[in-house]
Amino acid sequence: MDGAARQAEVSRLMILDVDLRHRQGAFTLDARFQSQGRLTALFGPSGSGKTTLVNAIGGLIHPTEGRICVKERVLVDTRQGLFVPKHKRRIGYVFQEARLFPHLTVRQNLHFGRWFTPKRDRVADFHAVTELLGIAHLLDRWPSTLSGGEKQRVAIGRALLTDPQLLLMDEPLASLDEERKAEIYPYIDRLRDEGNVPMVLVSHSVPEIARLATSIVVLKDGRVTASGPASDILRHPKFFPHAGLVEAGALVETRVLRHEEPYGLSVLQAAAGTLTVSLLDLPVGTPVRVRLRARDIILSLKPPEGISALNVLPGIVAAIEEAEGSGVDVTLVCGGDSIVASVTRKSVERLGIRVGLPVQVIVKSVAFDREALGTVRAGNM
Amino acid sequence: MTGWLSPEEWTAVRLSLKVALVATSASLLPGIAMAYALERGRFWGRQALDVLVHLPLVLPPVVVGYALLLGFGRRGPIGSFLAEQFGIVLSFRWTGAALACAIMGFPLLVRAIRLSLETVDRKLEDAAGTLGAHPVWVFFVVTLPLILPGIIAGMVLSFAKAMGEFGATITFVSNIPGETQTIPSAIYTFTQVPGGEGGALRLTLVSVAISIAALWISEWMARRVRRRFLA
Repeated sequence: MDGAARQAEVSRLMILDVDLRHRQGAFTLDARFQSQGRLTALFGPSGSGKTTLVNAIGGLIHPTEGRICVKERVLVDTRQGLFVPKHKRRIGYVFQEARLFPHLTVRQNLHFGRWFTPKRDRVADFHAVTELLGIAHLLDRWPSTLSGGEKQRVAIGRALLTDPQLLLMDEPLASLDEERKAEIYPYIDRLRDEGNVPMVLVSHSVPEIARLATSIVVLKDGRVTASGPASDILRHPKFFPHAGLVEAGALVETRVLRHEEPYGLSVLQAAAGTLTVSLLDLPVGTPVRVRLRARDIILSLKPPEGISALNVLPGIVAAIEEAEGSGVDVTLVCGGDSIVASVTRKSVERLGIRVGLPVQVIVKSVAFDREALGTVRAGNM
Repeated sequence: MTGWLSPEEWTAVRLSLKVALVATSASLLPGIAMAYALERGRFWGRQALDVLVHLPLVLPPVVVGYALLLGFGRRGPIGSFLAEQFGIVLSFRWTGAALACAIMGFPLLVRAIRLSLETVDRKLEDAAGTLGAHPVWVFFVVTLPLILPGIIAGMVLSFAKAMGEFGATITFVSNIPGETQTIPSAIYTFTQVPGGEGGALRLTLVSVAISIAALWISEWMARRVRRRFLA
């Protein structure tokens, strides 16, 4: 099966189907969701049950009650007394701390899972994986001599080389500083886009999931408060109460259209029009995902004149939702993309904003998130 | 060396080394299993087993020797069974000396392994499980290599205990030159006869040399293991 066919198969399958309850002392996890995403992010504050949930999927805990299916294979069904032990699940798990075996070299660590993978299931190519993760030069080192970022990349490689059906990542980057994170993101991007292993990423960082996720499951106090495609979930500030209006925003897929080097600017083509950003070191045609934060969107009834903002897109109001405090979330359809603006109730009344009204969407040029533009590094590799 | 030690002394040294090596190697696997059961096991009677294993550490050695004589002697329940079914006789034989030494050193071996088992990161074992390793493999490929320093330390303690064991040995298998007379028994005998000071001193020096060599070898092995992954 070639890569494209595998990806097609991946997208057809229900990757995760979870319905479980688990009691742990005073804490109760009661989670129910499905996901078809290539990279499903489990998002929520600490103590919301994210790790418990991935531990249940990975087989590290016995859930009190419920059912877990991965790629339509039942792994846990308490009603039938079914529990597949972790070593038979074929689910890769990348832990918060890399958990490399200290008595084995990097090469032996990478081979570890292969020793236990049936021969006919060994598909992952050792060279391809070590190249993809940039760890080919570390093979003869001991884990204790690696940096944090290198350890995590080896841990990801070790899990991938078991040819898992699903790759779980429990905040694999939490212990790393921003620079090390930026060093690993491009590899996860590539795994998501080029690999054929669906992933589940636990994270409490909005920029991180905005950059990486295709589907999002939002957890709060052990319950799922929202789940769906990343673009749908991220538009809604209400799902990110802790992040507030600062973080929420829409994801827009674009391509590099051209560079305006004299001005130090690059122009990106989105469905609704063009967006101008500061110069990107990327070839023309490269896909770039940008995040338009809800608080950085200004609405205007007429095409604006005499303002400094370069990014103005035509759009139509699709929905108006009350948000916390004095705010209102206005969902706009711009071409094929949907963008959310956080505006005040006063503005909505003053402009007479209602569903179906055509408006001009002004995006402040500086509003592009550096994290979202982090693929810049991927281009430099 | 044979010129320096008298033939009787030389016999005692060889016998001591044989008894200590057999006692240590024979108790290795039971020791690892016992340490694992006591540290990880959740079964009824674990506390009682823990106490039983540690008894030789606190009981007077003579008491342990006498208990062995009662149990493993020719008329004892286990001793007579072994003699009738398998033709194995332990009392007043060097094998009995090895048994006495193994039992006296067992708590030291188990404690050392158990302590290092306690420090093994269970998360590494979980990680090995998610990589497809059956729990039995996890033990052999992850846990066992990680507790190797503890196993080495335990073996040295057990060996040293066996080299020095006196009370239980002499009670259980007596002090028969060439059969059960180990270095400590020989030294004791030398001190009981006139003109035996020379022999006692020579055996004492040999004993010190063997102990230092054992410590040095174990230190060297432990460092080799540790340098690999605790750098």
